[in-house]
Formats: sequence, structure tokens, C-alpha cells
Amino acid sequence: MWREHKHVFSISNVFKLKESKRAVNSIRSLVEEEDEEDDVEKVSWSGEPVGSISWSVKETESSIRSTGEVRDQSFPKIHTAPSLPKNSSGYSLSSLFKEHSEKLLTSLILYLLDCRWSVHDDVILLWQDYVSDWTPEETVKRMQQGKVYSLEKFRSLQDKLLLLDEAVNAHDGNVITAVLIYLKKSLSKEILFRELITREIALRHYIHYLKEIGEQKLLVELFKDHLNVRDENKRRDFLKNCLSFPFSPDDATHVQDHYTLLERQIIIEANDKQVESSGQADIFKKYPRKASILNMPIITTLYYSCFYHYGESDGTFSSPANIRKTFRISDKQFLLTCLGARAKLKAWFDVDALFTTKNWLGYTKKRSPIGFHRIVDILQKNNAPVQVLQDYVNLVEDVEQKISLAQKYKCHDVIINTYRDLKDRQQLIVYRGKVERSSSEYRKIEEILSNSVRLWGEVSPRYRSRICFPSSKLNLNH
Amino acid sequence: MSAHLSYGRVNLNILREAARKELREFLDKCGGSKAIVWDEYLTGPFGLIAQYSLLKEHEVEKMFTLKGGRLPAADVKNIIFFVRPRLELMDIIAENVISEDKMHSPRDFHILFVPRRSMLCEQRLKEQGVLGSFINIDEYILDLIPYDGDLLSMESEGAFRECYLESDQTSLYHTAKGLMTLQALYGTIPQIFGKGECARHVANMMLRMKREFAGSQTQILPVFDSLLLLDRNVDLLTPLATQLTYEGLIDEVYGITNGFCRFLPPEKFSKMQLNSAEELYAEIRDKNFNGVGAALSKKAKIISAAFEERHSAKTVGEIKQFVSQLPHMQAARSSLANHTSIAELIKDITTSEAFFDNLTVEQEFMTGVDTDKVNTYIEDCIAQKDPLIKILRLVCMQSVCNNGLKQKLLDYYKREILQTYGYEHMLTLNNLEKTGLLKPQTSTRNNYPTIRKTLKLWMEDANEQNPNDISYVYSGYAPLSIRLTQVLARPGWRSIEEVLKMLPGPHFEERQQLPAGLHKKRQQGENRTTLVFFLGGVTYAEIAALRFLSQMEDGGTEYIIATTKLINGTSWIKSLMDRPEAQAS
Repeated sequence: MWREHKHVFSISNVFKLKESKRAVNSIRSLVEEEDEEDDVEKVSWSGEPVGSISWSVKETESSIRSTGEVRDQSFPKIHTAPSLPKNSSGYSLSSLFKEHSEKLLTSLILYLLDCRWSVHDDVILLWQDYVSDWTPEETVKRMQQGKVYSLEKFRSLQDKLLLLDEAVNAHDGNVITAVLIYLKKSLSKEILFRELITREIALRHYIHYLKEIGEQKLLVELFKDHLNVRDENKRRDFLKNCLSFPFSPDDATHVQDHYTLLERQIIIEANDKQVESSGQADIFKKYPRKASILNMPIITTLYYSCFYHYGESDGTFSSPANIRKTFRISDKQFLLTCLGARAKLKAWFDVDALFTTKNWLGYTKKRSPIGFHRIVDILQKNNAPVQVLQDYVNLVEDVEQKISLAQKYKCHDVIINTYRDLKDRQQLIVYRGKVERSSSEYRKIEEILSNSVRLWGEVSPRYRSRICFPSSKLNLNH
Repeated sequence: MSAHLSYGRVNLNILREAARKELREFLDKCGGSKAIVWDEYLTGPFGLIAQYSLLKEHEVEKMFTLKGGRLPAADVKNIIFFVRPRLELMDIIAENVISEDKMHSPRDFHILFVPRRSMLCEQRLKEQGVLGSFINIDEYILDLIPYDGDLLSMESEGAFRECYLESDQTSLYHTAKGLMTLQALYGTIPQIFGKGECARHVANMMLRMKREFAGSQTQILPVFDSLLLLDRNVDLLTPLATQLTYEGLIDEVYGITNGFCRFLPPEKFSKMQLNSAEELYAEIRDKNFNGVGAALSKKAKIISAAFEERHSAKTVGEIKQFVSQLPHMQAARSSLANHTSIAELIKDITTSEAFFDNLTVEQEFMTGVDTDKVNTYIEDCIAQKDPLIKILRLVCMQSVCNNGLKQKLLDYYKREILQTYGYEHMLTLNNLEKTGLLKPQTSTRNNYPTIRKTLKLWMEDANEQNPNDISYVYSGYAPLSIRLTQVLARPGWRSIEEVLKMLPGPHFEERQQLPAGLHKKRQQGENRTTLVFFLGGVTYAEIAALRFLSQMEDGGTEYIIATTKLINGTSWIKSLMDRPEAQAS
């Protein structure tokens, strides 16, 4: 097509750029004036063939300009600069015409046809041929309107990109996708991809399109893809490939962790499955595994490890300590998860050990990164017996909170001891009324109350005022 | 079924009628008896346009849900597929068509794409070798659906995600198209205001389309005085907050889809339509939930008093009159009973400790308390593995109220979330970052306090029973989007230039030339009518706030609301998640 056109023009040698521009400019002002006067004319001129000619002029222009540079012509240079379309000569001419181009160019061509070319058969053919060609703008408009259009006219990379930019400007996803499908068909992957990188909107559409038709080969999309890989080994290998993707350093850490986690889960799962079926370990007999550990979150994996692999040495992949270290789990999360798992197993000794720290003199002390009141709640949810609960209620520092928790979970000893330590005779008498006469608690209160007067002495008014309304604090929380 | 659409300031029934007319025309194009095969998603939006009776009048005898395999037997001449332009649906259609019994009397196939036909879909049908089997392939442009007397929605779920995450602006094109249709029916809107990138795009497209149709000016006296286009990302905060109006809470707790709400089965009204056609609902839906109880008991007194009148009716005439009012009274009574039950269900939730704690944290964030520190409540919620969406809503809110989180804090939250809920949520966190809902603090200056103070986003003395300010809809927080709307009406955006610059995207004003003779002559004291279009979604509480402004005695402006979709924090975050179904609960 290119060559044919060029041929025609070089023979006729009539149509010169400068002339056309001059003619255009002279007609332009004319047309603009007309424009405002005559609306009817405007409508009748906006038919299809008109816009096509602006394209033909553009073609003509570039073909003339490149006389003697045929090679450049047929292999247009690919500019990577995003401003490429604007620099191209075709665009500048059409932008010169802007809205008036259609009418104007039709007038121009008709004028030329009329004066000089009217008898030339070639020109008639050419004219008909051009009628089926449209500018990017016109083509996009026709696509939106659902009229007949043809993308095959856009041959050079330059033209294709112009078309793409025009489609993007129209914001119509449908048209953008149609253009992209054409580009995908007619351009090499590397070139298309390089061009798309500078065109975010078009790129997104392209990714979406690839996703839709199941061609998930683009880098970032590829990562998302891992969610669809069902087989854990394939998934792990896939993730391994993803490690080389250009993630932000932050994300890269997460992807690495994700990979490491899955890798371990596969090892643990295989091992435990075997141990469970062989019936070697009591823990699996007593608490058969409900589900596979594969693809579970880290915290769930840690819980599993605290449940089935507690006490293993740090070196094994499945030990809680190793998981904690590898995935940099925070102290709070580790404690909560561990506590949950050991309490579920009613391993109160382990629970106790979680909080016990030894100082350099060998004294032991209970410490926790989380308030003991929350520890009590968690233990209670796991049906810890009162004997266990009261140890932790006792560790609650705030006296009011301690008493309200003790009342909530019926830790009589804690309440009685606290009142005794506070030397609050009044509250003890009140509390005596709440416990059964035959109970050991009752006897204990009696015992304390009847103890020597010296024990009681003066009741501290400061404490009294604080502990008189233990329940009022609770109400405030609601 | 549609009377409530015509009571408002602008008769939206015209739009509905136009949509119905087009539907009828398409149905008549396929002569003879027909069966419709529905893309199930579309039945909701279509329900707002037409009932089955309309379809029946046009020889629709059977309706099926689109699914794979063979089509159910039906002795009809035409099979019409009503579908969204989605590839997976094309495959199902192809399966249906291919497995059609050739021996049986042949049936004609048609497709109606809603809201647009898609070249990609047609190509898929072609690949499957069935494109030729269709006699009619058409599109049914359902851009703006009349949702209520003052509310239009495009019911386009993915609009926010497409625009702000995937840079797919097709929904903006549809928006502009929809606004052109609206202008064809209600006259050119002389003034267009906007804030945000997407708003700018839509306005540009509208102006461009207007130029293209320059010959066919509508000769209709303009109904709307102005249009305000607002990007959702100008105000990311509002949808994250828990709505506290009656309707907003129903949406938060049960979810309202296409104007219907499903309550849990023990209630006899398991699925209920909620709109202003129901008198009582129209009265209470925009109230703060704390004022609903009083309104319901007042209504109960009125209704029982009305029933008591039967004792005082002595003459035959009086009894007759009483009986004639009975149906209306009974409807009112059952409506009252329903809403009392719903209010009780919601009250159980709003009085719970969990709801209270959550709200307290939200309000702390909105007032700027400790937004730069690790929040222990969020930490606890993660440790207890509360629903992920709840966590994301809170973390995003903290980020928005702090103009981004310090890198260390952001990393901490991200790690906790990924470790507890799984690494697959990395994509979701990424999406939230891309849309700006969650972001690292780039500048040292947090401009949220300035925005809050200038726009008076927090009102200490919000009156929930007898509100005097829009902040009642969130019991203290005045939605930013609505404040912008309010300031635009009076005293104008020029007074808040500084704040507008802090919010993303350009703000602008455009004028559209009206044909001569169509300039509206305003009566003294006549209110202006403004169409507010929320690009990317709007919440029920924001709508309530706009209705409140419309009703203010000296307001001077009445609002009609349009949006791409009605959203709440949960549905919004969900739309931004990758694989939300895999969400740990």
C-alpha cells in the first residue's frame, strides 16, 4: 500500500506539502468563518469519507518528505520517548487541522479533483481507496459508535502507537482492548511490552486481557498466579521463581518468608503424616490432626508446632523456637500462640514455664509482655481449673482488676487473701455472706476474722475507698 | 412500584420510563414467544427497572438462570441471553447453544449485553463457533438506574477498583455517557464543578461528547442547576467509618444489595425491599440509630390511636370511613412491626462491647488521638484473629487520619497481618497501598488535622436526636465529601483553597452553554438543584447527610445523588482484595 501510494504521487507530482499547507491555511480561515454562520453545512460534511482524507494528506506528506530516504520510510525508527506521537510529522499536521480537518480537507481534495485530477482514473481509484482509510481519531470514534472500521491500515509502529494513544484517550476499555489485540497480533512481544511500559493505562488493560484469555505470562501477574497453583510442590517451585522478581525490598522479604514457610510446611506435613499413620507418637493418637498444615498462615503453623512439636530442639524445622526465629515472630504473638496451644492440651506446667524467668541469683519470677489479666482470660477460655487460674489472677497488679477477675472466675482464695492483705474487715464480712457455711472458704474467713486484733489494726482509708466499688469499674467498660 | 421515584424534586420516573421503553423495544424485536436466560447478577439491577409483568406483556414465558450444560426445555420461539460482557459467561452461553437439541424444533438465539457489548466477548463467541447462531446481538445501556426518589446508581461494583487500582477508566466513560442520557432527558446542566482526577476526566468527556452532538441540542428547560463530580479518593476516610444511621447500620450489619436486604432466616421478612415507597422507612432511615427508638415508639402511639378510633365511630358513615382506612393502617402496622424487629436485631449489636470498642478506636483516629502509634486494640484484634476486613478497615483508617503511617509502624502492621492471615494477602495490602488507603508517610507533616479543623470534620456536641449538623450521621464525624458539597453551595470553594490543594486531584468549574431561551428564571427563594455524583461509590450515611442538607430550611439547595455504586467499608475493602473468598474469618 505504502509503495503504491508513493508511486502515484511521485508520478503526478502535483501535491506538494508546502502548497497544501498554504492552501490549507487559506481555506482554514475561510471555513472557520463559515462555520459559525452555517450550521446545516457542518452536519452534512461530517460524513465518513471526510476524516479519511486528513489521513491521506498525512500519508502524502510523509511520503513526499522522505523522497530519497526510502529505507527510513519503510522501517520507521522506533522512538522510545513518550512524546513520540507528537513529534511525528503526521500528527503535527492533523493537530493543525484539529476539528476543522474533515471539512477542510474534503473541500481541498474536492477542489483538486475538480480542477486538475478529475479525469485521471488512478486518482479516482486512489480516492476510493482512501475513503476506506481513517485517522486514528476517526477510527476510534467509529469503533465506539459500532460502525465498520479497519485496523489493518495501521502498519508502522508509529501509526499503531498513535492509534493506541487515541484509544486510551477515549477511555473506552472496549476499544483499548480491541486495539491491543491487534497490536498483540502484529507486533513482537518484546516491542509491545517495551512500549506498554510507558503507557500505564494501556498496560493495565493488556494485563487484564491476558488474564482473561488465560495467557498469564507477564511478570507481576505471574506472581499473583501462584494463588492458583494447587499442588504444593509446584507452588513452592513457582514461588522460588518469583524470588527473582523485581519486588520492593519490603515485599521481597515477605515473598522469601512465604517461600520458606511453604518449604517447611511440605517437610513437616510429609513427616507428620508418616508418623501419624505409623502410630508411633501418642500426641497424634490422642489428638488426630484435623487438617493438613499446608498453605496455612504462619501463626497457625506456629500453633501447630506448639501443639505437636513442643520441646523439640531448636535445630528442627518443626520446633516452635526455630519457627519463631526464622519468621521473626514478635514476643507477644509468640506467647499468645504458645499459650493457646499448651492451654488447649492442659499442659499447665508448660504454661507456667512460659512466664518463668530466672534472674542471675537464681530467683524465679513471673513476667509477661502482655497484661496478666489477658492471660487469665485466655486460660479461662481454655477451661483452666481454678487452681491454675488463681495463680495468674494473683499476678494481676491492679488490685481492683484483680478482685473483679477473681470474682468473675470464683477464685475465693485470691479474694480472701487480698482483703486480708488490705486489712479490709468490712469486705471480708460481706464476702463471708456470699460463700457457703460448710465450705473451706467460710472457715478460712472465720479464721482470719477471729485472728488477733493486732493483725487488723487500723484499716487504711485509702484502700477502702478504692476497693469499695469493684463492680463500678466493670460498668464503665460497657 | 415506582411511584416513589416521582415524588422528589426531580422526577426520576422519566428516566425509568425511558429505560423501560428501550427494553420493550428490544423484546419486540424478537417476535414470538420467548424465554430469558439471566446472568444472575443482573436480576438485581433489572428489578429496579421492570417487574416480571412487563416482560410477560411482551411474550416472555419462561425465565432461567444462566448455567452450563443444556438449556431447560421450553416451548418458545426465542431464547434471549441477558448478560454482562464477561468472557466466562460467553463460554457458558456457547455451551448452552452447542448442546441445544438439533432434532427439536429450532429456537432463535439472541444476546442482550448489559450495559455494553464487548468486542472481546463477541470474538470469544466466534472462537467457540457459535457467533453465527445469534440473530440479534444488542446492548442495553443501563448506565444510571433510578434507585430512589433522589438517588441514581450505576450498580457497578468494580468501579473504584478499576479506576484507582487498575487504571481502567471504562466506567468513567460509562459515567459520562450516563450523564449525557440524563441531560437529554432533563436538559443541559449549566454548571459543572469537580474535584479529583476522575472527575476531571468525566467532565472532559462530557464536554467532548457535547461538542460531537452539537447539532442535536435538547430543547428542554434544565432541571438541574449544577453538577458536582467528586472522586472517591478525595475522601477515603468516610467509607471506612462505621455508619451510624439506621439505613447505614442495616447496610453495615446485613448488607443491602440492589435495594434489597436479606435478614437472617428466623425473621419472617427474610428478604425486604428498602426504599422511600415505605412511608415509615423513609421517615426513619436517615436518623441516627440512637434516635430511631423514639421515632418508632412515637409512630406506634399514632397507629394505635388510629386503631382506637373504631370505638368512637358511631354513625355508619364514620364506620365506613374507618374501614376504608384499614388497609393503609394495617400496612403501617406491619411496617412498624418489621422495623421494630430489625431495630432490635441491630441494637443487640450496637450495645455489644465489641461494637463499642471498635467505635471508640475509630473516633480516636478521627479526632487524631495517637494515630502515629501501634494501636493495642488493633493488635488484640489480630491476635484474636478477628475478620481480616475489620482489621484492614481500622489500619487504613489510622493511615488516612495520619496522612500515612511511619514506615516502621506500617511494616509492623503488615507483618502481623501477613503472619496471622497468610502471605497471600500481600497482594491485598499492595492494592490498598496503590489506592492510597494504606501508605507510608512521605512528608513529615501530617495535614489531616488542618483538613479536620478547616472543614470542621469533628463536632464535639453532635446532636443525635434533633440534629443541627451533618455530623450526626457518624455521631460526631462530618463526612468530608459532604462538607465539600456544603461549602461549595455556600460560601464557595474559594474559601477553602488551601484545603482543596491538600486533597488529591484538581478542582475545577466548567460552564455549558444553554440554547437561547432556556435560561431558567429563578423565583425568589426557590431552591437550586444540584446533582452530586460520587465516582467510586457513596455510603448510605453520606446520602443521609445530603438529604439532611436538602431539608434544611435555609439550605437553598436540594440534592440529587448519583454514584457508581452504594458501598460501605466492608464491601469497599472487599472489592480491593485479591481472592476475598479466601479471606480468613
